[in-house]
Amino acid sequence: MEIEISKLRFGSELLKKGFASMQKGGVIMDVTNADEAAIAEDAGAVAVMALERVPADIREAGGVARMADPKKVREILDSVDIPVMAKCRIGHFVEAQVLESLGVDMVDESEVLTPADPFYHVDKSLFDVPFVCGCRNLGEALRRIDEGAAMMRTKGEAGTGNIVEAVRHQRTVQGAIHELRKKDKHELRDAAKLYGVPLELVQEVADMQRLPVVNFAAGGIATPADAALMMQMGSDGVFVGSGIFKSENPPMMAEAIVKSVMHYDDPETLADISDGLGDAMPGKNIDDIPESERLQERGW
Amino acid sequence: MRVGVLGVQGAVSEHVRTLIKTMSEMGLDGDVEVVRKGDQIKKIDALIIPGGESSTISRLLDTFELREKIISRVKNGMPIMGTCAGSVLLSSQGDEAVERSESKLLELMDTSVIRNAFGRQRESFECLLDIHGIADSFHAVFIRAPELALLPGSDAKVIAEFNDKIVGVEQGDILSFSFHPELTDDVRIHRYFLEKLI
Repeated sequence: MEIEISKLRFGSELLKKGFASMQKGGVIMDVTNADEAAIAEDAGAVAVMALERVPADIREAGGVARMADPKKVREILDSVDIPVMAKCRIGHFVEAQVLESLGVDMVDESEVLTPADPFYHVDKSLFDVPFVCGCRNLGEALRRIDEGAAMMRTKGEAGTGNIVEAVRHQRTVQGAIHELRKKDKHELRDAAKLYGVPLELVQEVADMQRLPVVNFAAGGIATPADAALMMQMGSDGVFVGSGIFKSENPPMMAEAIVKSVMHYDDPETLADISDGLGDAMPGKNIDDIPESERLQERGW
Repeated sequence: MRVGVLGVQGAVSEHVRTLIKTMSEMGLDGDVEVVRKGDQIKKIDALIIPGGESSTISRLLDTFELREKIISRVKNGMPIMGTCAGSVLLSSQGDEAVERSESKLLELMDTSVIRNAFGRQRESFECLLDIHGIADSFHAVFIRAPELALLPGSDAKVIAEFNDKIVGVEQGDILSFSFHPELTDDVRIHRYFLEKLI
């Protein structure tokens, strides 16, 4: 029986969230060229994030950070068989359109780039490509999900190699979800008003006691123990940005972090995995970064 | 009845949820177990390999020392089902993409596989599909899905096709699907799988 192409559904919420589900238990790595993408794939990454520079270098360079050159994205799309993601600026729906047309598998509307819209994030429900977005708290997470994000991640503080902000954001989101459990219908309605999202979404989170989309950790993961920490705290997987290609031995660090996400609850194996990896990326204290330069402050 | 879901990476909780729902609808008394350790393989009556990234799951089968244990149980008659990445891993031969990713396949079925045969995520789709002997109009969700082919001289049966592409194969107690029956509420495929255990 021939199935007519016109009867197929593309770009549905189920397909977007389903794609995110396939990433669970995996590591998504930032890469800036075909060689790095191959290292990530060989190490067992579930996907790569195609960038012109890793966040530590974006931070160093200053100025306006934009979507990567399509030439760069194409180079990486052509070089690996695992999914390829890429970042657009907050609210820059044309960068998102361009990335979708290039064929990237997921768009990250990211605070690592300079925001383009002072009022609105991208209306992600209008796209066929799924989106992942960062959050610091439950309100940000629910607003992004309401706008159509298929996956969330903590913002953390990208490019610092310092896990403290990712932990803060994970605990903040989870704490707020636990708070919802105690609330009655009136209080849930207040919460929905406060967060600026429909009551149904708040009710769903209160009932499920987790976000209704896949939730990864990101922003500061620099060692296998960092990755395992976020997994033990309930993350579905991790993004590693500068942590791999700013370390002393990227192929070894990449493989070690993949293994640490699988064995996150087994300290003996984590010890073996972490043994003799060489130097992790140099870290930065959050207090040494002026508030105006903290990437997590972007978006709302 | 104890059914395992290989729990190293991918849509694990979705299969667990669907199995629990199916058991309850069938009135079966059983446990669903997420399998990550070698000694768990001995205790289960059937196994599902979920969707995810086949190259990642393949590496982890070795890291967790699960590969040989699974192969030996299935060769001795344990039913197994693979969906999407799982169907890639059950196959005996892969295309260039599989070769390049250095994924070691389990080689449990007489099938060959083409990874991402339908394209990238933007080409992912949902449709209604007839699955011979199992379900008419099954709500099938294809996400960066592979395409299967039978090896010459095989006794494996094609049970689902999307136009000219093979997307479902049954060989004895082994089931392989390119799509994701764990992402919808339709439990007919899981029911058919569990019936092999009764």
